Amino acid sequence: MSFFLETLAGGLLAGVMYALVAIGFVLIYKASGVFNFAQGAMVLCAALTFVTLTERDVPFWLAGLITLAIMVTLAVAVERIVLRPLVNRSQITLFMATLGLSYVIEGGSQFVMGASVHELDLGLSDLPVAIGPIQLSSFDLVAALTAGALVLALWLFFERTRIGVSLRAVADDPQAALSIGIRLPVLWATVWAVAGFVALVAGLLWGARQGVQFSLTFVVLKALPVLIIGGFTSITGAIVGGLIVGAADALAEIYLGPLLGGSVSTWFAYALAVAFLLVRPAGLFGERAIERV
Amino acid sequence: MPPALAAALAPGRRLALPALPLRGTGLALLLAVAFVAIPLTANDYWYNAILIPFLIMALAGLGLNLTMGYAGQASLGTGAFMAVGAYATYNLLLRLPELPLPVSLAGGGLIAGAVGLVVGLPSLRIKGFYLVAPTLAAQFLIEWVFNQVGWFSNDASSSAISAPRLVFLGHDLSSPAGRYALTLTSVTVVTVLAWRLVHSQTGRNWRAVRDGETAAAVIGVPVARTKLSAFFVGAAVSGVAGALWAFAYLGTVDARSFDLDRSFQAMFIIIIGGLSSLSGSFIGAAFIVLTPILLTHLSNAFLGGSLDGGQISNLQRILFGALIIGFLIKEPNGLVALLGRLRRPVR
Amino acid sequence: MPRLSSALRSAALAASLIASSSLVPAAEAAEAATRSAKQYIPIATYRVGAYASSGTPVWGGTIDYLRYINEVEGGINGVKLVWEECETEWAVEKGVECYERLKGGREGSPAPLFLPHGDPISKALTEKSVADKIPLLTTGYGRTEAIDGRVFPYSFTVLFSFWSEASSAVNYIAEQVGGKDKLKGLKIATVYHDSPYGKETQVPLDLLAKTYGFENIQIAVPHPGNDQSAQWARIRQIKPDWVFLRGWGVMTPVAIKTAAKTGFPVDHIIGGIWSGSEEDVRPAGSVGKGYLAITPFPAGAEFGILKKIKAAIVDQGKSDLKDLKSFGSVYYNSGVIETIIAVEAIRTAQARFGHRPLNGEETQWGLEHLVLDEARLKELGADGLVQPLRLSAKDHEGGGAGKVLQWDGAKWTIVSNGWVKSDRELLLPVIYERAAAYAREKGITPRSEDTAEAGAK
Repeated sequence: MSFFLETLAGGLLAGVMYALVAIGFVLIYKASGVFNFAQGAMVLCAALTFVTLTERDVPFWLAGLITLAIMVTLAVAVERIVLRPLVNRSQITLFMATLGLSYVIEGGSQFVMGASVHELDLGLSDLPVAIGPIQLSSFDLVAALTAGALVLALWLFFERTRIGVSLRAVADDPQAALSIGIRLPVLWATVWAVAGFVALVAGLLWGARQGVQFSLTFVVLKALPVLIIGGFTSITGAIVGGLIVGAADALAEIYLGPLLGGSVSTWFAYALAVAFLLVRPAGLFGERAIERV
Repeated sequence: MPPALAAALAPGRRLALPALPLRGTGLALLLAVAFVAIPLTANDYWYNAILIPFLIMALAGLGLNLTMGYAGQASLGTGAFMAVGAYATYNLLLRLPELPLPVSLAGGGLIAGAVGLVVGLPSLRIKGFYLVAPTLAAQFLIEWVFNQVGWFSNDASSSAISAPRLVFLGHDLSSPAGRYALTLTSVTVVTVLAWRLVHSQTGRNWRAVRDGETAAAVIGVPVARTKLSAFFVGAAVSGVAGALWAFAYLGTVDARSFDLDRSFQAMFIIIIGGLSSLSGSFIGAAFIVLTPILLTHLSNAFLGGSLDGGQISNLQRILFGALIIGFLIKEPNGLVALLGRLRRPVR
Repeated sequence: MPRLSSALRSAALAASLIASSSLVPAAEAAEAATRSAKQYIPIATYRVGAYASSGTPVWGGTIDYLRYINEVEGGINGVKLVWEECETEWAVEKGVECYERLKGGREGSPAPLFLPHGDPISKALTEKSVADKIPLLTTGYGRTEAIDGRVFPYSFTVLFSFWSEASSAVNYIAEQVGGKDKLKGLKIATVYHDSPYGKETQVPLDLLAKTYGFENIQIAVPHPGNDQSAQWARIRQIKPDWVFLRGWGVMTPVAIKTAAKTGFPVDHIIGGIWSGSEEDVRPAGSVGKGYLAITPFPAGAEFGILKKIKAAIVDQGKSDLKDLKSFGSVYYNSGVIETIIAVEAIRTAQARFGHRPLNGEETQWGLEHLVLDEARLKELGADGLVQPLRLSAKDHEGGGAGKVLQWDGAKWTIVSNGWVKSDRELLLPVIYERAAAYAREKGITPRSEDTAEAGAK
């Protein structure tokens, strides 16, 4: 039993890490209606910028600020140059555009900062901690707390500020929102900037886990099932979806993997997502009704 | 038998090239170039690095274009369908060696089509962009199956499959020219079949469903069957492309050769080339497959020496991404529309 | 009809687009042959993409050694070397394009061999290289069956095949527990990258487990391997005595970190060839201390040839490395080792065919007659760096031994007593069997060793 609990807990904590990436997707999806595949490249870019700066003895906080400034600039530029001209185009076109964008960001980051792998030490120890009968990682707990704090902050930001209310208005009905004087460009820029910030946080935590290198971009592959399960438009959904995917992956790998030859987690989350989609097309917390026959 | 296939194979219909080359002299010229001039002049590099991958990816894109461009069913499973085609053809060649090569190829395509049909089942409930979820699930699941189940690769230690000798009517097709001939012939035949199909009732049904399901249902189009037929035909075409990719192009492949990147590539091909346009698949494939090669040659010519190899490659990646974004912005209807405009003033 | 016709028309347009940048025509190349006496060496590289971090130091070693041969030794018997890189991003199609582009040679020199740098690429080129008669030199990767040169005349899995890697790792464990008879009853878990490369060791480990009586546990990690909590939870449950880690890319540091946080002793993990570099361990941070790895590419800057390269190339600012910290690293040294083998094969072939640029067929002869014994390695300053090698048509591996390194938190130290040999006498019959099966499936008539000799004349 304790082994089951431990697997479950490990999976849930891994799920938090997926959720961190998924939140970035949700923000942009809410504002621009696009599944932003370049989020992975943004995570890489943020982590790489940060670690390049700290390796040149820039203090931690200053490196964070500079990186944040760069990410915000990047996000706003992307919104201006790539997405605005593509307004009203099909979702798959937007998606492919962000895929092209990820090539540009990946190439650009590596052009400027090189392709070497960097160690990122956030000063968090990563040793086993025993909580009752189960053993967890202290680093993963910190990551989970960070994600929790981030969600809370974002929730406050989007529920309690004018920007947040405007965003919901736009998501509900762009035309009506425009007619009551919501300035879309400002709104878009803000949300993209926040997404850049989320990319930085995700990049730091993932980078500390696996080293800062190109494969940070792979984290997006797990974000799509998280979003389908949680709903494309809900931050809470991203967290819950992440937890479900993390736990399901871990349990499937442990209990299903040996029966089927292992590596079931490559597809299990997607299969689960399809099941959710068939039963509940808007996702658990999705707001917008999704087309359905 | 799915209606689309039935339409294509119905005994009453003539499958001979119906006046195809007679209409456009340009087309005749092109076929002459592809079948006669190229084999007389091309070298290994042109065959192995340019022509064969270009033709095969055009075919893979064409398969996706039938499903997505004509019938409106989004799919990110092209790589998986190609994998099914490759592994199915391999097993047919291996286990039924008496079958002639074209039959094994077609068989691989049909098996891929059947898998595509199953993958398309959720399309009866899910619409639009969200359809990418089940096709993505198929993409990962199928890659996993071929990697995991040794039977499909004849228990090779690495689960990679390797082309048996390519022989047809006593001709050894293993040389680059032979593999080109095999690819070109397959692509031509499938393209002609696809062309006939999109101009048949099936093709009209596809477009009707794409343009509005409810309206299509009102005028009596069987929506569910139409969607499934689009998945079947599209996957079958991609399956043939996958088999060619494995045997005519690379020789040895494993499931990772047909990963998500391949599906993305096919998607780029049709969106940049032009949705619901057969020629768009060819133009898109030319762009997606050949631009990186062209960029390499250009940067070697102009930048060679001044920057190291890594930096040149990074620049190429940036430029390639920027070109994709640029074309998506500037050409909503794909390069096929651009080409159409370029041609008009000349006439 | 307009659509179909414009389809084909556009194909022609695309072709003419790239026609402008086609290859050097053959006639021109032949004419240049008379003027130039430089040996051309094509190198496939991946400086971009997911694995660039592990590739970049390799080319540093490769290119620095080529420069060393040119600048210090004046080439191979006076034949200077020119080389050309081609970016593959580790992707098969790009690798094939590179091979096709470079195989024709440059400036009159034919391509003597090809360095594919990528397991899938080398597999895709297996048959093409036979048709073109260009040997593929793969050190520490490539098809294991290609050891049988009678079936795979142009594939050279030199040094340390994946099967030897597995066997040497087991033999190292045997040394640690006090002999092969003590292996009985041990639990050895292999955590592998779930790809063709990762599965390569399943067959030999199965055989070794049956032979020595240890329990062989296989645990797959799906690509890319950036989350392994489930796999290591299983390890915690199974409690193996040793873990053999066959990772690739980001999988290795994540495995080390996850092992540490599940409490598995890192000094009982033995990384394979592609899990045993600085680039693999450094991102894991302090918990990587004590981690072991078996490799044919020992790290260290104290080998004779490395000192010479440092003096003549690195200190003169001529190194290809951007980050000099990588000098003497596992991957840097792998580049040096691979290039030593290539250069010595060309030298061997020159002794027979003359001091001039050689083609692939001639170099293939050189590879199959390559002898790097202790004496020759001492002359090269490569003793301890390169294991003694003796290649033949029946044996394209030649060595089959690795050294075990241990990470001390900042660098690797060699902890094995010299080279840990693999059980080649046990494995080779199985390898030959599999090669023969491949030959049957593909309709290849294996060369006898006599025809191999005659074919080279």
